[in-house]
Amino acid sequence: MRTIIFFLVSVLSLTSFSQNYPSGKSILDKVDNNMSAKTRIITAKMEIADLRATRTMVSKSYSIGDKKGYTEYLAPAREKGTKMLKLENQLWIYSPSTDRTIQISGHMLRQSVMGSDMSYEDMMNDKPLLEQYKADVTGTETVDGRTCWVVTLTAIAADANYFTRKMWVDTERNVPLKADMFAKSGKLLKRITFTNVQKVEGRWFPMVMVYKDMLKEGPGTKMTIQEIKLDTTIPASYFNLGNLK
Amino acid sequence: MIKFLFKGLLRDKTRSLLPIIVVSLGVMMTVFLQAYMGGIFADSIETTANFSSGHVKVMTEAYKENQSQIPNDYAIMGINDVMKKLKTTYPAMTWIDRIQFGGLLDAPDSKGMTRSQGTVMGMGIHLLGNQDEITRMDLKSKLLMGHFPQKKGEVMITDELFKKMNLKLGDHVTLISNSMYGDMAMYNFVVSGTIHFGTSALDKGMIIADIEDVRVALNMENAAGEVLGFFNDSPYIDSKAKKLSTEFNAGNTKKSDQFSLAMLPMSGIGGMDFMIAYSENAQYIIIFIFVFAMSIVLWNAGLVGGLRRYGEFGLRMAIGESKHEIYRSLIGESLLVGLMGSIIGISIGLTFAAILQKHGLDIRDMMRNSNMMMPSIIRAQITTTTYFIGFIPGVLSTLIGSMLAGIGVYKRQTANLFKELEG
Repeated sequence: MRTIIFFLVSVLSLTSFSQNYPSGKSILDKVDNNMSAKTRIITAKMEIADLRATRTMVSKSYSIGDKKGYTEYLAPAREKGTKMLKLENQLWIYSPSTDRTIQISGHMLRQSVMGSDMSYEDMMNDKPLLEQYKADVTGTETVDGRTCWVVTLTAIAADANYFTRKMWVDTERNVPLKADMFAKSGKLLKRITFTNVQKVEGRWFPMVMVYKDMLKEGPGTKMTIQEIKLDTTIPASYFNLGNLK
Repeated sequence: MIKFLFKGLLRDKTRSLLPIIVVSLGVMMTVFLQAYMGGIFADSIETTANFSSGHVKVMTEAYKENQSQIPNDYAIMGINDVMKKLKTTYPAMTWIDRIQFGGLLDAPDSKGMTRSQGTVMGMGIHLLGNQDEITRMDLKSKLLMGHFPQKKGEVMITDELFKKMNLKLGDHVTLISNSMYGDMAMYNFVVSGTIHFGTSALDKGMIIADIEDVRVALNMENAAGEVLGFFNDSPYIDSKAKKLSTEFNAGNTKKSDQFSLAMLPMSGIGGMDFMIAYSENAQYIIIFIFVFAMSIVLWNAGLVGGLRRYGEFGLRMAIGESKHEIYRSLIGESLLVGLMGSIIGISIGLTFAAILQKHGLDIRDMMRNSNMMMPSIIRAQITTTTYFIGFIPGVLSTLIGSMLAGIGVYKRQTANLFKELEG
């Protein structure tokens, strides 16, 4: 009798304990609902700090979901007219100085985008996180004065870019404020911090992202969104290979 | 005594002819090989210096630490000022800036899409309006088809890659590489010619273009990866290069500043230290081999001579000459034989070496399809050492041979001498 009562009390305790944290899936679903849009048009400024100086680039990106993306670089003069087209899992880059369109594949995907801390592989990551990772909420922490769920993601797909990831998601606004990416050894590879969260068309959006390759020296790459439009019509011609030239 | 021994050798040619012939041959080969190997090593070192390392190389501290990765993000900026300063501070040297890089070479089809692609290593050197680098790197002997770049936008590629990518002279290709800032860089070239180095690592995929084209391609305005320095008045001398490097680094290198300049002598560049040490010590290895081999032969000849002169030694001991005196006379004879043989051998060896030094041996046709990068003309190099190096094996081997063979003298028992005489 005593044993049965002890068993029942333990089960009830465990249940009430685990109900303190939501599931990782529910948190990621909320983030998606907040930040995903059918279409996005973003004008952004990218400040790339390298060994000697900081270079600034301006780009305009058009995307339909996570499968189609077109980016054109508007400044500086050397990069102006460079275009990138992403269709499903393929990526092309057009260089106006050579008038050539080259497909980026294989080891070239690991190259950095415009010398930034972000690789083409990072850009190509289009699969929903829940398809590649198992998500668990492992605690709460404060980031920039905001209470965040700490969501730990462990790779379940063989082609996941990182073995584990950790995300700090604002509990109120459902916006990630920090994300760390780790190798299988546990070594921290990349860190993204999201700041200047603003309400855009009813959604909370971080307007400033700092992307840092933790294996390189320097402060990383800072991307500032200057203008963002959500769910506007984008002509299909933008996502045509012929449109690059 | 010397005159007496000398007369004895001349009168009894059976005791001197063979040893002199052996010594002459051995010394001749030693002298010729020393000059030949000295020439080959010196030429190989100079070829390597001209092609890639210079007698000394100047680069940034961070570039030096990661040389094998050709890190152009650590290139020397303000190269014009750096070159001016080097030429002013070290006027007895020639300074040349170059850019090395890696990437992909992409050949388009009629629609501009990729037709063929190859991984390449590249070199940006001064080519337009300047023949110095072509001469220094002996590129004329390596040119197979077409011509060197004569205007901007032209490139030479190795023949193996040219065939692999199914290219024709005049085809457009695009270099895809990394700029100095780490972003992707693309630049169009026209294939003007093909080259063959004779080293598979290079022939697999190498391109050579004018340095100004490479600067534009890789966004390296007024920058260069490395500056090579060459002594104007001498070939590579390791001690001289090390001294220069130490002096330069004392005034320029700061460990805390990864962009400060650093100088390396050729022996400080990976793999070259062994090659240079080997070339400096190779002559001693040759000497040792010949001393060893010739000593054994002359020891044997001495033993045979000892047998033949058994009676002579016995008579000399019987009339009162001591064993020490006989042994000393044997040593004296061998010294004379060694000297005579060495003089003859050195004369013949120097003659052959001088012919090879003057005329050289053109091996271009033999090396056309080879996989070894060697100088196209092999020459011997006669130095001060060549004139006297022959004496070492020549005299030493006869002395050792005689000393070993002459030991038998001490085994003779004077008590048995008269018995032998009676016999």
